[in-house]
Amino acid sequence: MAVGLDKVRPENIKEEKSLVVEGMDISGHWNRMFEQRVIWDYDFDALEKVAALPGGESLMWCYGCAKCTAVCPVDIVGDYSPRKIHRKTQLGIDLFTSPDLWLCTTCMNCLRVCPKEVNMIKIMPAVREQAVLAGTAVPPELQKAFEDTAKHGNPLGQPQRKRADWVKKAGVPVPIMKDLKRPVDILWYVGSYPSYHPRGIDAACAAARIFNALGIDFGILGVEEKDDGDSQRLAGEKGLFEMLAEYNIATFNKYEFNRMVVTGPHELNAFKNEYPKYGGNFTVLHYTTFLVEYLDRLRPMLKKPLNLKVTFHDPCYLGRHNGEYEAPRELLRAIPGVELVEMGRCRENGYCCGGGGGGMWLDSFTKEYTKMRLSERRVREAVEYGADVLAVCCPFEVSRFEDAAKSTGNDKLLVRDILELLDESMRG
Amino acid sequence: MNILVALKQVPNLTDDLEINSEGTDLNHDALQYVLNEWDEQALEEAVLTKEAAGGTVTVIGVDTTGELNEALFTALAKGADKAIKITGDYPRGTDSHTQAKLLAEAIKDLSPDLVFAGVQAADDRDGQIAPMLAAHLGLPYVGVVTGVTVKDGKAVVHKEYAGGMMAEFEVSLPAVIGVQAAHQPPRYAPVSKIRQIAKTVKVEEIAGGEAPGSGSTVRRMFKPESAGHAEMWEGGPEEVAEKIVALIREKGLLNR
Repeated sequence: MAVGLDKVRPENIKEEKSLVVEGMDISGHWNRMFEQRVIWDYDFDALEKVAALPGGESLMWCYGCAKCTAVCPVDIVGDYSPRKIHRKTQLGIDLFTSPDLWLCTTCMNCLRVCPKEVNMIKIMPAVREQAVLAGTAVPPELQKAFEDTAKHGNPLGQPQRKRADWVKKAGVPVPIMKDLKRPVDILWYVGSYPSYHPRGIDAACAAARIFNALGIDFGILGVEEKDDGDSQRLAGEKGLFEMLAEYNIATFNKYEFNRMVVTGPHELNAFKNEYPKYGGNFTVLHYTTFLVEYLDRLRPMLKKPLNLKVTFHDPCYLGRHNGEYEAPRELLRAIPGVELVEMGRCRENGYCCGGGGGGMWLDSFTKEYTKMRLSERRVREAVEYGADVLAVCCPFEVSRFEDAAKSTGNDKLLVRDILELLDESMRG
Repeated sequence: MNILVALKQVPNLTDDLEINSEGTDLNHDALQYVLNEWDEQALEEAVLTKEAAGGTVTVIGVDTTGELNEALFTALAKGADKAIKITGDYPRGTDSHTQAKLLAEAIKDLSPDLVFAGVQAADDRDGQIAPMLAAHLGLPYVGVVTGVTVKDGKAVVHKEYAGGMMAEFEVSLPAVIGVQAAHQPPRYAPVSKIRQIAKTVKVEEIAGGEAPGSGSTVRRMFKPESAGHAEMWEGGPEEVAEKIVALIREKGLLNR
């Protein structure tokens, strides 16, 4: 089957020495006849199986231009792209049981450039859902994250009753809606990693101090808050997502608030784009978009110059998925002594940290199929641009990039949430 | 092979446990209930047995929470074929004697070849449901089992003893098995599948009889009190090793 560099095998080429067709003499190499191209011999079952799924249809539309391959963050560290998936599936490789199924981080850079709108953000979850239902070939680390989310309401496997324990570290009041018993202006959905992960807690505490300093009337859900479930959905556990969506919507509806602010872009995506499908309609903002509204009041509070060269990593689910590129940059520029440098892959073409679409819980698995982690590639890029600090605003990223900085020997590169940088400058 | 698994729900231990105002029981209404973890092992061993020897798995339980369906649907998603719920006025925390009696009454008409149950549960911890079930049904019982193989109408079971001792028993069927651990970790049931099943499968209901009770009453329930604290030794490995040796010597353990 493999034709290699010879597009047509020599034995399949027929050449008539003399031939006259419709009165025209086309003797010699003009009349080369080719046998049917091998594409007609392909078994389309594997491709049709994907296209038959709701959400899987667009894989059929690929015409192999490979624009996606040039921008796919996984291809840069491995051998994977939507075009390659299409080709392999066309050749009969079953995506449902292939390791390729788990490598996509749903970063959406392929869809941005695809002239045929082949949508991996829909294809991958649809196929993954079938793999999860069949219970075969689901990487154990991902399965553990599903189990922990189902059992404990967070993918870290931490007890639900400890979800608000972090507030003791904030050093400022963090009102909990259940105790507050009154409407608030802002419902702050903290999120799982800022509630439990030690480095996530640092960002949550910073946010609490900033909100207090700005006099924002806010409340959190505390032990009533559960994971948004969006990354689990993209990793194929739609039922788990629906269960969490129903629970969270009911919880949000218990309280009165004007707007919701989220710490993470994945939560933004869930509440803004997915929860409305389940009847949950809320005005939701990422914290960067929200804080920019307060920039005039925030600016005089930022006293301490940080004197750092800072580069910013656009989170896929804030930028490409939800169109916010400016707010994080405006906040960074407002901090005295911050020199903002852009990396080559930024904004619409921003690189991916590897944590989206379930990638957060597939590190060991993905490592088997890539030369280096996506987070390691990104950290190296930050260093290439001479940054002291890699600034982030997605709770998945702090731990991912800090680990990558260590594993690539770039310990000197600091990884900070924008909240932490604002807080540091504010505290003087 | 007709395989039955007895399931029960227990308080979720990741919650804070509260004692009721009379001080005699847990405040059950404030608690979340989950499937007993040893029952999860029993279910897994039952499904593995079915996969190896053929047959069907039926899960059965007394509904003490009004939420037993959740556990039953999960069991169906993991490979059980049928679910039965024993209904009646049985409150949360219904004792093991009552549950064993109700289960036995329901199971005796189902002519099982093998009945699996968790060897114990985190609530009353008396480990009585499975042996009492065997007694009511007049069947042989083996407990603390970590693996079952069915062959020629008999079951070969691995039983665990204290101190790492293992024994192998051959049991004629039908029999009741108290499972300590399945020979593989319990499988994951995708929530997508559980929800699909919840929409399509109907749980069979059997009305349970009178609750005989356990014949004992709890006079007072206490929260555990911490007695003493651990002492943390700091310093380099050499230094700490010396302290360990000194302590062993001081406790007289080196003189034997």
